Amino acid sequence: MSIETMRFGSTVSPAAAATPAAQADVLCAHCGLVVPEGLVDDSAERQFCCTGCHTAFTILHEHGLDSYYGFAERREAPVRASGRSYEEFDHPAFAQLYVTTTAEGLSRTELYLEGVHCASCVWLVERMPLLQSGVVRAELDVRRSLAVVEWDATAAPLSAIARALDVLGYPPHPFRGVARADMRRREDRAMLVRIGIAGAIAINVMLLALALYSGELNGMESRYTTFFRWLSFAITVPSFIWPGRVFFTGAWAAMRTKSLHMDLPIAIALAAGFVRGGINTITGEGPIYFDGLAILIFALLVGRFLQQRGQRMAADAAELLHAIAPSTARIVEQSSDTVRDIPAEALLPGMVLDVRAGETFAADGVVIRGRSSVNAALLTGESRPTSVEEGGSVFAGTLNVEAPVRVRVEQAGETSRIAKLLRQVEESARRRAPIVQMANRMAGIFTAIVLVAAVATFAIKTQLNATSALDDAIALLIVTCPCALALATPLAITVAVGRAAGNGMLIKGGDALELLSKPGTLVLDKTGTITEGRTALTSWTGPEWVKPLVLALEEGSSHPLADGFRRAWPGMVVPEVEHAHHVTGGGLEGVVGGRAVCVGSPRFVAARTQHVDQLVRDALDTVDRTQTPVHVAVDGVLVAIAGLGDRIRDDALVSLQQLRARGWRTVMLSGDSPDVVASVGRALGFAASDAIGAASPEDKLAFIERCKQQGTVVMVGDGVNDAAAIAAASVGIGVHGGAEACLATADMYLTRPGLGALVELTEGARRTMRVIRRNIAFSIAYNILGAGMAVVGMLTPLIAAVLMPTSSITVVLGSWYGYTFARRQAATTTSESFA
Amino acid sequence: MSVIFIVLPLALLIVGVAVGAFVWSARSGQMDDLETPAVRMLRDEGR
Repeated sequence: MSIETMRFGSTVSPAAAATPAAQADVLCAHCGLVVPEGLVDDSAERQFCCTGCHTAFTILHEHGLDSYYGFAERREAPVRASGRSYEEFDHPAFAQLYVTTTAEGLSRTELYLEGVHCASCVWLVERMPLLQSGVVRAELDVRRSLAVVEWDATAAPLSAIARALDVLGYPPHPFRGVARADMRRREDRAMLVRIGIAGAIAINVMLLALALYSGELNGMESRYTTFFRWLSFAITVPSFIWPGRVFFTGAWAAMRTKSLHMDLPIAIALAAGFVRGGINTITGEGPIYFDGLAILIFALLVGRFLQQRGQRMAADAAELLHAIAPSTARIVEQSSDTVRDIPAEALLPGMVLDVRAGETFAADGVVIRGRSSVNAALLTGESRPTSVEEGGSVFAGTLNVEAPVRVRVEQAGETSRIAKLLRQVEESARRRAPIVQMANRMAGIFTAIVLVAAVATFAIKTQLNATSALDDAIALLIVTCPCALALATPLAITVAVGRAAGNGMLIKGGDALELLSKPGTLVLDKTGTITEGRTALTSWTGPEWVKPLVLALEEGSSHPLADGFRRAWPGMVVPEVEHAHHVTGGGLEGVVGGRAVCVGSPRFVAARTQHVDQLVRDALDTVDRTQTPVHVAVDGVLVAIAGLGDRIRDDALVSLQQLRARGWRTVMLSGDSPDVVASVGRALGFAASDAIGAASPEDKLAFIERCKQQGTVVMVGDGVNDAAAIAAASVGIGVHGGAEACLATADMYLTRPGLGALVELTEGARRTMRVIRRNIAFSIAYNILGAGMAVVGMLTPLIAAVLMPTSSITVVLGSWYGYTFARRQAATTTSESFA
Repeated sequence: MSVIFIVLPLALLIVGVAVGAFVWSARSGQMDDLETPAVRMLRDEGR
């Protein structure tokens, strides 16, 4: 969308723009943000910050949906409609991939919506049947930003529905993981059912146990005691054969693969308790243990469920970003020379693509018409655009920045360069050895010790006094059920992952936290990670009066350098442009306020100037080679030089110093030119050998593999060019605004910009490990205490029943109150980042 | 006191019904999304 349509062309009169904002800030009637000064229209009843908000307001108003504005919690972002036609949504190939038919004969699809925040979004999206004829049902899952739409395909095409959502500020994207989501849903439901049953049984057995314990103290008729014991037995049996079965199948699987798993000692304890309790029920003597066992099953299942959910939420959020990638291309029909949208999956070699400025290439190909420049930062890491001409190659995933071009497709889909890179990514992700968690490592030792202790108890006691030998040995097995130990790691990690998410750090797997807790090598990409990843004005040599002239010309340009000027001088009053002309690969020339102005590359401007201003002549010698120079000439005189470059993030230096102080070796690994990398490296205090430039994705992968031999390697990056390295590293971290491939493979993803989060991550990881160690210490202490009592025969059923849950509760409380990541109340960071 | 021989199984039967209801609700997807329905009812004009 060009600048002209973003702002109301008609309302920006020089007079209005010049009026100083004497009164308080004017708020947008739709999104509630401050309306920029230049856009305040005194004659209008309502003010809007952009056309998007205006359109959305008009639509809601016309359909009588004004009550949307009554919500206390409303959207706080301007409507950013993409304005696309969504024609490809009607393509048969799209329908085959994403659309199903319901029993009522309606079409049904799932769409990911950008910009979903809160309650008002649910309300609005679910009013789609009122806004768009043909829509029968629309339901929104606000946590996952996923809308299910059912519509009558004969009444409205899907593209019309997509456009309607787009206009309201929720650009839709096809949801690609339907099959996997279904599987997860089934898994989740099964797990919930198991927890429900285990919980109901545990509570009822506890009630019966309470009666039995008090009966033991006060005396109870034996017929009641027998009845209660048999009843306990009867209700515990289902808990073992339904919810509790998972532990036995897990232990069996671990035994078959000869690997160690926490399920093994748990299964041993459960089995021992169940068998002994069963025998005691039949004989009518001794403890029955059923209360403790039922509670254990319940607590363990809940712990597992929480752990799984925490990790899934992080994975879901990253997946949402994944789905936002462009999925369509515009092809030119050779026969009629008309252009239409098709899904990117349907592209074939030989087709001709029409790619406008600012769009991403959907396939690898050769330029057959037009000249432009291409930003390949995603693929190569090079931050400066390179120019392409007719016959030049372009690659899928790179951005066309300057002018429209026609491209003949050579490789599409699976065979494109980016797809090959992604395959490499998958392979290195698979190669990565699974990290055995601390608790699981301990489970093996633990099982051995417990079994040896039980056998020893039995043997020694048989020698001394045969009556209680078997009882004590079994009591030992039961009381040492590593319930607290099994909960220690997952619970602490779940709580840490949840808190980290609230702070803008999404963690997909807990094992990454363990690795991050000890210092190693930290490898950072430059473009987009250490730097902001977009062009900004970094130096300006020239008089003030030239600035408005430059800005006036650049206002209408879509070139990324123009963007740098616009961001550097916001709200500047500019004179009228009488005439402007864009020279591809050179710059802009035109007449502004009666003066001939020319802005562009040194060569382009030099060809149009006769004279160089003295001030500028001095600056020419000291120009920084890492920046893109832009020269400005007015009336044939070179009057100003601007330097545009990729600015280093504000918090980069501080964060890197903090990391180094904690023992991390920091390395910058970039695909950018060695000049630029060296200059950034010097500014941020990297050792000269640790600032490596001109690294291809393959080089990065090799570097990571080499470093891995010396210990933990953390790779931080944002582009597809980093993705293979991220997957290969011990811990891969994707940063804010990164490419989809990078997000898919990263173990962690930062949803807020800057490197400060890295410091927090390593600190949080260290504290999380401390909490885990403390949890494990507690649970082992409980077990030693219990085992000791069992060996000397002091363990009464009542003490066992108290001891077992208490150890678990200690661990739960320890995990919850242990300080890992700072607590933040509004944990909506994930949705914010998509706004 | 012997009434407990009837009352207790009866109570467990009721528990069984409650558990059955829970299993049905979880399997029919009523527990899949616990957030959206809570905000959906905020301003519903009788849907």
